[in-house]
Amino acid sequence: MSVTLVQAVTMALARAMEQDDRVLLLGQDIGVNGGVFRATDGLFKKFGDRRVLDTPISESAIIGSSIGMAAQGLRPVAEIQFMGFLYAGLDQLLSHAGRLRSRTRGRLSCPMVIRTPFGGGIRAPEHHADSLESILAHSPGIRVVIPSSPSRAYGLLLSAIQDPDPVVFMEPIRLYRGSKEPVNDDGGGLPLDTCFVLREGRDVTLVTWGNCVIEVSEAADQLEEEGISAEIIDVASISRLDMDTIFGSVERTGRCVIVHEAALTAGFGAEIAARLADEGLLSLRAPVKRVGGFDTAYPLYRLENHYLPTTHRILEACRAVLDFE
Amino acid sequence: MLECRGLEKRAYDLFMQNLVKGTSHLGLGQEAVAAGFGTAMRPDDYTFCTYRGHNHTLVRGVPMTAILGELMGRACGLLRGKGGSMHLTSIQHGVMGSYAIVGAHLPIAAGAALSAQYRKTQQVTTAFFGDGTTNIGAFHEALNLAVVWKLPVVFVCENNLYMEYTPIEQVTAVKNPAADRAAAYGLKPILIDGNDVDVVYETALAAYEKARSGDGPSLIEAQTYRHGGHSRADPGKYRPSEEVEAWLARDPITNYRARLEKLGIDGETLGRIEADVQAAVDLATETAKESPKPPLEIAGIDVWADGGAEWRN
Repeated sequence: MSVTLVQAVTMALARAMEQDDRVLLLGQDIGVNGGVFRATDGLFKKFGDRRVLDTPISESAIIGSSIGMAAQGLRPVAEIQFMGFLYAGLDQLLSHAGRLRSRTRGRLSCPMVIRTPFGGGIRAPEHHADSLESILAHSPGIRVVIPSSPSRAYGLLLSAIQDPDPVVFMEPIRLYRGSKEPVNDDGGGLPLDTCFVLREGRDVTLVTWGNCVIEVSEAADQLEEEGISAEIIDVASISRLDMDTIFGSVERTGRCVIVHEAALTAGFGAEIAARLADEGLLSLRAPVKRVGGFDTAYPLYRLENHYLPTTHRILEACRAVLDFE
Repeated sequence: MLECRGLEKRAYDLFMQNLVKGTSHLGLGQEAVAAGFGTAMRPDDYTFCTYRGHNHTLVRGVPMTAILGELMGRACGLLRGKGGSMHLTSIQHGVMGSYAIVGAHLPIAAGAALSAQYRKTQQVTTAFFGDGTTNIGAFHEALNLAVVWKLPVVFVCENNLYMEYTPIEQVTAVKNPAADRAAAYGLKPILIDGNDVDVVYETALAAYEKARSGDGPSLIEAQTYRHGGHSRADPGKYRPSEEVEAWLARDPITNYRARLEKLGIDGETLGRIEADVQAAVDLATETAKESPKPPLEIAGIDVWADGGAEWRN
């Protein structure tokens, strides 16, 4: 069946709930109303109010109670309505969910998933458009996973729900309904510790994740018309980061451009660039370039196309590394 | 209560001898709350503590050696010396963790209660916290959620009059920081003498009965007093001496001993119990002191289900 990314999320949730009655959903407006982006559409009707819980607007309680459930035998999947709302629950996530296992020498664990739409491009301001992957990746004990297609959303979410550690599953807003592809509802998961090579190429490696695959693909198309072959890597799993795939690609291309929509300074691209400098320097034939959001709060809609990495800015970066002597 | 008192005094001594490093927060003077609730619990009930959680952990039957060992960072400690004073946890005894961030464990306790409710296990969760917690958002979020979902959870506020150094009344809109908020969540205000272990025990039984019958959470404010300062670094000098003296006269242990004597239990029997407890504390101390330090490797493991942080570092 051909589905959108958000429909694939719903399919994966339904599948996980059918397979395992420890899986519960909770979040604001997710039950009767099916969620602000309809990601839980129909699940309340199908699984009932014991398994699909409407919560108050209480991010700390949504994440905190998920920790308690997870540590005591359930598999909660919580929705935080927009990623910028996660700030109100960060203490629970960073201070407790990510540390429970270490603090208790493995006696308690936290098999929970926080699903949250992230990123801009839908004319929603500030907190409705934030991308917080680098804050989360900086904290131990939390996996950060970002799908960029319906089939990867389906497979990665199923694996995230089965994972024994807390996972923040960041759903790219602009890709929710951007395109459809056939997804086989077979319950099959995808690995949580590997990048996906979306396009093979010889001349430059474009590393990205989430919403930015759109502009990165457009840039690669443009380069192809000019006879330049770009490889596209979708990192997908920010934490844990699969550097081997990136090293392998850069060994062949010698050039790398990293694209993300979060602010550039201390963005996750900096980590990848640092690792390339550390362990992949001799493969590089040009400095690594990063294209990201600006170091400002996410702007209102008239400026957001300026803030987000445009195809033009990505191409400029690509030309800079390709022309480097 | 006696064991709590003995353990806490010993924890203090070990600090002074530099055998416990970092900090610790003692529950000297507040033993009746932990003992009253702990005695009323079923073995499979859940306890969530704060950083002042030695008493609440001990009353669930956790061996003193494991607690003192953890405080001293020894391999025999509850968490092999990785959690420390503020993170005591013992799953087999129902101690589901101690939380050093004020209020953080209240939503987590609500989640544990939801798990018990969902699994229909009849387990009740108790979250202990201090008066300072009543002014943080998580307290209100957790209470609201627990009432809405009728969760089998008992919230126990130990009001010892000071959050850390500041008197709670100075920074709180109501006189009784927990009890006066109960009405906001449709709960009955329950304000008790937290230094009278019999009162605490009876209150606990009623709250557990309510929770087990599916009638939802309770919020209990137990008035008590910290005999010492907030933590190792605090001598507690901001407290008027008359206040300290008045509360020392309400020592839960001295008063309970007097009550037992009045009930006809002879001094010799009570003296023997006291001596036994002291011997147990001594033995636990020596055993814990002999335990080796944990190996360095434990710092890097148990970050993830499949190991440590090797993939990052």
